Amino acid sequence: MTDDTRSAGAAPVLLVRGLCKDFPGVKALDGVDFTLRAGEVHALLGENGAGKSTLIKTVTGVLQRDGGSVSVAGREIHPKGPADALAAGIGTVYQEVNLLPNLSVAENLFIGRQPRRFGLVDTGGIRRRATGIMRRYGVDIDVRRSLSDFSVAIQQIVAIARAVDLSAGVLILDEPTASLDAREVDQLFETMRGLTARGIGIVFVTHFLDQVYAVADRITVLRNGRLVGTRDAADLPRLDLVSMMLGRELERATHLARPERPAAEGRAPFVSFRRYGRRGQVEPFDLDVARGEIVGVAGLLGSGRSETAKLAFGAERADSGEVRVDGAPVRLASPRDAVALRFGFCPEERKTEGIVGDLSVRENIVLALQAQRGWLSRLTRAEGDRIADEFIRRLDIRTRDAETPIRLLSGGNQQKAVLARWLATAPEFLILDEPTRGIDIGAHAEIVRLIEDLCRAGMALLVVSSELEEVVAYSDRIRVLRDCRHVGDLVGDRVSVGGIIETIASEARP
Amino acid sequence: MTIPARSPTQPGAAGPSRAPTGGGRRRARAWTSALPQLVALGLVFAACRLASPQFFDVRLQDGRLFGSLVDVFYRGAPVALLSIGMCVVVAARGIDLSVGTIMAIAGAVAATLVNGGLAWPLCVLAALGVGVACGLWNGVLVSVLRIQPIVATLILMVAGRGLAQLVTGGQIVTFDDRGLIGISAGTVLGLPLPVAITAAVLLGALLLLRGTALGMFLEATGANARASHYAGVDTRLVTVSTYVASGLCAAVAGLIAAGDIRGADANNAGLWLELNAILAVVVGGGSLLGGRFSLTRSVLGALIIQAMGTGILLSGFQPEFNLIVEAVVVMAVLLAQSPPAARLANFLRPRRTA
Amino acid sequence: MNARLLPLTATLVIFAAAYALCILQFPAFGTTRVMGNLLTDNAFLGIAAVGMTFVIVSGGIDLSVGAVIAFVGVFLAVGIGRLGIPPALAFALALLVASLFGAAMGAVIHVFEIPPFIVTLAGMFLARGASSVITTESVPIDAPLYARLNDVVVMLPGKGRLTLVAMVMLAVFAAASLVAHRTRFGRNVYAIGGNRTSAELMGIPVGTTTVLIYAFSGLCAGIAGIVFSLYTSAGYSLAAVGVELDTIAAVVIGGTLLTGGSGFVMGTFVGVLIQGMIQTYITFDGTLSSWWTKIVIGLLLFGFILLQRGLLALGGRGQARTAH
Repeated sequence: MTDDTRSAGAAPVLLVRGLCKDFPGVKALDGVDFTLRAGEVHALLGENGAGKSTLIKTVTGVLQRDGGSVSVAGREIHPKGPADALAAGIGTVYQEVNLLPNLSVAENLFIGRQPRRFGLVDTGGIRRRATGIMRRYGVDIDVRRSLSDFSVAIQQIVAIARAVDLSAGVLILDEPTASLDAREVDQLFETMRGLTARGIGIVFVTHFLDQVYAVADRITVLRNGRLVGTRDAADLPRLDLVSMMLGRELERATHLARPERPAAEGRAPFVSFRRYGRRGQVEPFDLDVARGEIVGVAGLLGSGRSETAKLAFGAERADSGEVRVDGAPVRLASPRDAVALRFGFCPEERKTEGIVGDLSVRENIVLALQAQRGWLSRLTRAEGDRIADEFIRRLDIRTRDAETPIRLLSGGNQQKAVLARWLATAPEFLILDEPTRGIDIGAHAEIVRLIEDLCRAGMALLVVSSELEEVVAYSDRIRVLRDCRHVGDLVGDRVSVGGIIETIASEARP
Repeated sequence: MTIPARSPTQPGAAGPSRAPTGGGRRRARAWTSALPQLVALGLVFAACRLASPQFFDVRLQDGRLFGSLVDVFYRGAPVALLSIGMCVVVAARGIDLSVGTIMAIAGAVAATLVNGGLAWPLCVLAALGVGVACGLWNGVLVSVLRIQPIVATLILMVAGRGLAQLVTGGQIVTFDDRGLIGISAGTVLGLPLPVAITAAVLLGALLLLRGTALGMFLEATGANARASHYAGVDTRLVTVSTYVASGLCAAVAGLIAAGDIRGADANNAGLWLELNAILAVVVGGGSLLGGRFSLTRSVLGALIIQAMGTGILLSGFQPEFNLIVEAVVVMAVLLAQSPPAARLANFLRPRRTA
Repeated sequence: MNARLLPLTATLVIFAAAYALCILQFPAFGTTRVMGNLLTDNAFLGIAAVGMTFVIVSGGIDLSVGAVIAFVGVFLAVGIGRLGIPPALAFALALLVASLFGAAMGAVIHVFEIPPFIVTLAGMFLARGASSVITTESVPIDAPLYARLNDVVVMLPGKGRLTLVAMVMLAVFAAASLVAHRTRFGRNVYAIGGNRTSAELMGIPVGTTTVLIYAFSGLCAGIAGIVFSLYTSAGYSLAAVGVELDTIAAVVIGGTLLTGGSGFVMGTFVGVLIQGMIQTYITFDGTLSSWWTKIVIGLLLFGFILLQRGLLALGGRGQARTAH
C-alpha cells in the first residue's frame, strides 16, 4: 500500500489491518485495510453491501471480527461493544442520533457519569460544565432544555460532544448529514474542522459526493467487502470516484447484449406520473412507462430510488402531481388502490416490508391476489395450492413444501416468492426495488431472466437497481437520480454504465 | 451438508423431497397442534376425577344435563366467549382489557331495557349493539388515533363501569323476564344454552375466519402489518374489526352472566374476566406478538382454566388457590415461549445443517 | 414553552380551576379540614402511584399494586393479630416481601423479555391468591400501636388534621421526587423510558435498573399497604380492587407520558388530588352518584392521552427521513 508510506508523517490514530468478517454465505469484509491519521477527515464510501457499516460495526465492537487487527493509537483493541470502543477512544455518532431525546442536553452529555454532591446529582455543576462544552462547539444554548427541542444538527453536535468528551481520539460519523439542511451541514462541517484542528481523526460516512469534496482530506472506497482504494480527495476526480464506487472502468460501449425488443419509444404510456413527488423524499418528477417496456432507475444510495418506487406504488402518498393509467386520471393513495389498478411492488426491505415471515410460502404467494379479490371470495384451498405449486415450479422456489414458513427460506427464494405474489395477480405494471439484492448468483440470473420474460409478455416494469450492468442489460430506458431529484433519462445508445456514471457525477445544477 | 433435504435453501442442493401438499396432511397438523391443550385438559379432568369420583357422572333431569363435567362447560362459557374475541384481537397484535367492562355494560343495558317493558329479543339486540359500539370505540382509538392497545382499552375499562352504573342507577337491576333468564338457564338438546351459544359462536367465528379470507388477512396483519399493507390488505379495517368482534363476544358473555344471576351487577359482572380471557389465549398457545392464532385452542385454554378452578373446589381447597394456580400456569407457559427459552432450546438442539 | 411541561401545566390549570369552582359552590372546600381529609383519604393511592410513576416513566406498567396492597394488609392483620409479631417487625417484613416480589417481576421482565403487563398481571393473581389463601375474611387489627399511630396528628389552622398517613404520603412524594430528579438511578429510569437501545449504548445498566424499578414499585405498594392497613385498621384480601387502575389514571392525569421517558412525581401528586377532589365533590353534592367519578376519570384519561398523542406527533414531525 503506497498509502502507508505516504502516511508516515502523521501517526495513525486508528489502524485497521486485514479486517475480515464472515456472515453465513457472505464475506462481508475481506482483508480490509484502513488508516486514519490524527487531524484528518477521512471519507468512507461505498454502495449497499460494500461493507461500510460492517466495518464500522466491527471496529466499534457491535460485531466481533473474524480476522485482522484494529489498533487505536498503536494499541490493539478488542471491543465487546460500543461502550468498550468508546473507552478505548472510538466514539460513534449515527444518523439516527443515539441519544435520549427526552432528557436535557446537559444530561445527555453526562448521563451515567454525573458528578455528585452529598450523594445527589449535582445539577448545577452539570449545567455549568455542559454549557462550557457546548460553547466550545460554538453552540450557545440553554442546556437544561430537552434534547428534542433542538434541531437534528444541534443533536448531532451534542452526540459528537459527548463522544469527544468521553475521550474519543477517533470519531466515526455515520451518515450524519442525511437529515440536515444546507445551513446545518455547514455548521456540522465547521464543528468537524474544529475537531480536526484539535488532532482528532474523523471517519465520515456519507453518500453525498458534494459533501465529501467539501470536507474530506482523504477518501477510502469499499466494494463488495473489499478495499478498492484510498486516495487524497484533491487528487481524485469525481468521475473516478463514482467508478471506484460502482466498480466500473469508464467505458462508453457496453459488451453486454442489449435486449432485442421492439423499441417502446413513441408508444402510448401505460402509466404516467406528472409532477409527482413528496416533500422531503423526492422532488416532483414526470415518468412514463409503456407496456412491454423496462424503465431502469439508477442513482447512488440515498438519491431517492426507493422513495420513487414507493411513490409509484402509493406505499407513500404523494403530495403533488397526478397519475394516469392508459390516459385516464386515477386515484393512487394507498397500496390497495395500486393493487386495484393492477400494479405490483417488490420492496427493497424484503424482511420488513416484503414477506410475512410467519406465514407459509403458499399464503405469502396468494396474499396479494386474495387482497385484490376481497375477503369474501376466498381462494379455495385447492386453488391456493395450485397457484402456489405453479409458481414454486415456474420460479423454481426452493422450499421443502408450500406450507413451510417463508422466513426459513433463503433470501433469493423469499424474493422469488414475493415476485410470485405479484405475478399471481397478473399485474400490468410491476415495480421492483432492488430485486436481486442480497441473493445468490443462481437466483440472481433467474430473476433477471424473469424480468425480461415479463417485459416480452407485455408488462410495464420499473426496476430500481444498484447493479449497473444489470440495469443496462435489461432496461429500455434509464432514469438517473441524484440527491432526491430525477436528473435525466438515458435512451438508446446512451443506455450504458458509463452514461449512468457520467450523469450521476455531473455537477449539481446551479 | 450430508442431508440435502435438510438444507433446501442451499442453491446447490436440489430438493428431491418437494412433495405436493395435501389437505389431509394439513388437517392432521391442525389437529396435532391442539394436542398439548387437549392433553392438558385431559390431565386436569383426570385430576378432577381423582378429587371427586363423581366428576364424570352426568344425569339428565327435566331435559337438562347435570353434573360436574357439564358444570365446567357451563361455567366456562363466558370466559370461552371472551377468549374467542381476545384471540382475534391478540392475533392482530392487540390486547383488549375492556371486555369485562363491556360485559357489565351489555348486561346493564339489557336488564334496564327489559324492565322498561321492551321485548327481550330487542333487549338482546340492543346489548349486542352496545358491545359493537364499545368495540368500535376501542378499534378507532387503536387504529385511527394510534394509541397503544393496552392504554386505549384501559380507558373503557375504567370509565365503562361508571357507564354501566349510570345505566343501572347504581343498583343491581334484577329481572324476571323468562327470555333473558333463558339465555343462561335454557337448554338445547339437553345442553345448557350458554354452552350451545359458545359452540355456535366458535363455529360461526371459524366459518367467518377460515371460510373467508379474513383469517389469513388477520394473521398477515398481526405477523407483519407493513408487508400486509403493501400487499393490498386493509390492515386498518382488520384491526378495527378485531375489537368489534371482541366487543360483540363480550356482550354475549355479558348477557349470559346477567341471565345467570337474573340481574345486572354493574360492579361485579365480568370482573377479572378480561384477565382470564388473556390467560386463556396464552394457555391456548397464542403468541402475544400477533400472527398465527387458533380459536379452538383458546377455547380449550378457557376450559382448562375453568376445569382447574372446578378441580380445586372439588379437592376441598379454597377457591382462592385458583388465582395462584392460574398465575403459575401462565408464567410457566410464558417462560417456555419466551425468546431466551427459544434460544436455549435452539442451542441445545443437535445441529443438523453444516 | 417546553412541550414536556405542557401536560403537567394542563393538569395544574385543571386542578386549580376545578378546585376554585368547588370552593365557589361549596365554601367548605377551602377549609383545611377538607384538605386534610383529602390527603388522608388518598394517602395509600398516592404512595402506590409514586411507584407507578417510576414504572410508567421507564416505559413499563405494574398491574400488581392493588393486589400487593391487599396482601400487605392481610399479612399485617394475621401477623400482628393472630401470630403476635411485633408491629414494627411486621412492617419491615411486609416491606421486604413486597420489594422482593417487585424485584422478581422486574427480573422476569428483563431476563425473559416478556411484556410487563402480562408479568405483573400474573403477579397480581399471585398476590391476590396468596392473600386469599391466608384468609378470606376481613381481619380487624386492634394493636395498641395502631391506635397510637392513628392519633399522631398535626393540627392545621382552621381545625384541619394532618394525619400520620398523610404525612407519610407527603414524605414519600418528597423523597421520590428527589430520587427521580437527583440520583443516577432516577435519571437512568428516564433514560430507559426515553430509548432503551440508546440507554444501553450509552452504558446505562438497563437490567439492574429495570429490577430496581419494579422493586421500588413493590416497596411503594408495600408502604401503601401499611398505610391502608392503618387507615382501615383491618386486612382484607379483596381490598384495594382496581387500585392499579386508579394509580395509572393518577399518573397519566399527572402528566406522565404512558409511552415513557417523561413525567414528574409531583404531577402524580396533583393527579391523585384531582381524583380525590372529584370524589369529595360528589360526596358534597349528595345528588350525584358515585359512578360519575369513574366516568369523569375515564374522560380525563382520554383527554390526557389525546393530548399526549398530539404532543408526540408534534415532536415526531421534525424527524429524519427514512434511514437507509
